[in-house]
Amino acid sequence: MDARIDSRKFKKVTRRELFKLAPVLAVGAFAIPKLQEPLLKTGLGFSDWASARLFRSGHLATTFADSQLTPFEKFPINGYDVEDPDVDLENWTLAVGGAVQKPGEYKLAQIQALPRMRQNTRHVCVEGWDVIGRFGGARLSDFLTLIGADTSARFITVECADDYYESLDMATALHPQTLLCYEMYNRPLTREHGAPVRLNIPTKIGYKQAKYLTSLKVANVLDRVGYWEDQGYSSFYGL
Amino acid sequence: MSEAVVEVESPKTGEVELAAYEHPWVVRFCHWLNAVALLVMVASGFQIFRAFPSFGAKIPQKDLLHWPQAFALGGWLGGGLQWHLTFMWIYIATGVFYLGYQLFSRNYRQVLFMPRDISGVWPMMRYYFFFGPKPVVREVYNPLQKLAYTSVLGLGFLSVATGLAVWKPIQFSWLAWMMGGFHWARIWHFAVMWAILFFLLGHLVMVVLHGWNNFASMLTGWKKNPEYLER
Repeated sequence: MDARIDSRKFKKVTRRELFKLAPVLAVGAFAIPKLQEPLLKTGLGFSDWASARLFRSGHLATTFADSQLTPFEKFPINGYDVEDPDVDLENWTLAVGGAVQKPGEYKLAQIQALPRMRQNTRHVCVEGWDVIGRFGGARLSDFLTLIGADTSARFITVECADDYYESLDMATALHPQTLLCYEMYNRPLTREHGAPVRLNIPTKIGYKQAKYLTSLKVANVLDRVGYWEDQGYSSFYGL
Repeated sequence: MSEAVVEVESPKTGEVELAAYEHPWVVRFCHWLNAVALLVMVASGFQIFRAFPSFGAKIPQKDLLHWPQAFALGGWLGGGLQWHLTFMWIYIATGVFYLGYQLFSRNYRQVLFMPRDISGVWPMMRYYFFFGPKPVVREVYNPLQKLAYTSVLGLGFLSVATGLAVWKPIQFSWLAWMMGGFHWARIWHFAVMWAILFFLLGHLVMVVLHGWNNFASMLTGWKKNPEYLER
C-alpha cells in the first residue's frame, strides 16, 4: 500500500527538503559586522514607525490616587544628569523659535499664567524601573497656542542647560497630559529634578522628558533627535 | 493522517526501511527561524535586564541577580533594545505564520493537546522517569509531547502579550491592566521567559536522547523508522 522508492531517490528528496530551509540562513546577515548596524537601525526604525501608528491622541495615561504616589525622596534623579547645571533661576527665560508667530524669550511667569494642570502619573525609565509622581505645569499645547506655533509642523525640539537635548513628535506635544512642568509634588521643581522647567510626558519613556529647558523650537526637520537617541536609543519610544 | 509514508529500499542490500513525512516545510521553517529569534530575544532581554536587574524600587535598589555580560547580547542597554525591538517582529511573524498554517492546513491536530490525550500523560511520565513500562505509541507525538508543545505555544503567546504590555503600557493599557499594571507586566515577562527556557532545556535533552533520525526529521521533514510504524 505504501509507495516504494529506492534509497538514492529518497536521499534526493530529503536533500531537496533540507535546501528549502535555506531562507532561514538569511537571518545570518545580522552576524555580518558591516550589515548588523544598518539592519538593527532598520528594525528599530520599524518599531518606531509602529509606535507612532499605535499612539492615540485621545487616549490618556492612567492617573493614580495620592496614596499611590512614590514618596518624593524616592523619586530617582537620573544618574546621568548633572545635578545642578547652575541655572540662574532669577533671570531664566525660555528661548522660543522656529515655526512660531511670536518667537522670543518667555518668562516663567508667562508659563505659569497658563492653566495649571496637576497629574499623578507613572514615570517609566528605559532601564526598567518605574515610579508614580505628582507633576504640575502648563499644557504644552496651551504654550504652543501662546507662541503661535504652527502645529502642522512635525516636531518640537528642546535644549537644556546641561548638554542634553530632545525632540518630540507633534502628536505627543499636543497630547493633553504633555506638560511644561514647573512643579513636582505641589512644590516648585527642585534643581536636581530640572528647575525651573522640564518636560513631563506620561506617554513617553523617561529620557524624552528633558530637564532644565532653555530653548524650545518648532521644526519640520531634525538635524539631531536627542541625546540618547543619537547614541542608538529609540527615537519615538511612546508607552 | 497528515503524513505520507514510503518504503525506502536499498538497491545493494534489498533492505527496506519505512520513512514518514512528519513536518511540512512551514513548520520546519518557523521552528528554526523562531529558534534563532528566541535566542536573540532571551540574550538581548538579559542585556536589557542588566540595566536594572530588580523588580523592586529604584531607591533603594536591591539587585535580584547579577547576569554576566558574556550571556547578554547588545553590549549596552541601547544595543540590547535594538536587538530586542528588531527580533520581536521576527519572533511574532514566525508565530503568526506557524499558527496560521497549522489552522489552515489542519495540521494542528498532530500537535494540539486534546482532552483525549490526558489519560496518556501519566503513563508516559512514568516511562520517562524509569518506573513504568513503555506505552504504545501510535502517533507522531505522544500525549506528553503534545502537552509540552501545546504549553510552549501558549507560553510563546504569553511572552508576546506580556512584552507588548511592557513596551506599550499606555496604548495597550488593557493588557497591562490584565497583568496587574506595568510593574507586574515586567515581572510576568521575565517569568514567562524562564518557563520557555525550562521547556527548552527539556526539549534539548529529549532531542539528544532520541538520536539522529528524530533530529533530522526537523531538517528534512522525513523520519526514518518512526516507532509508531514499527511492524
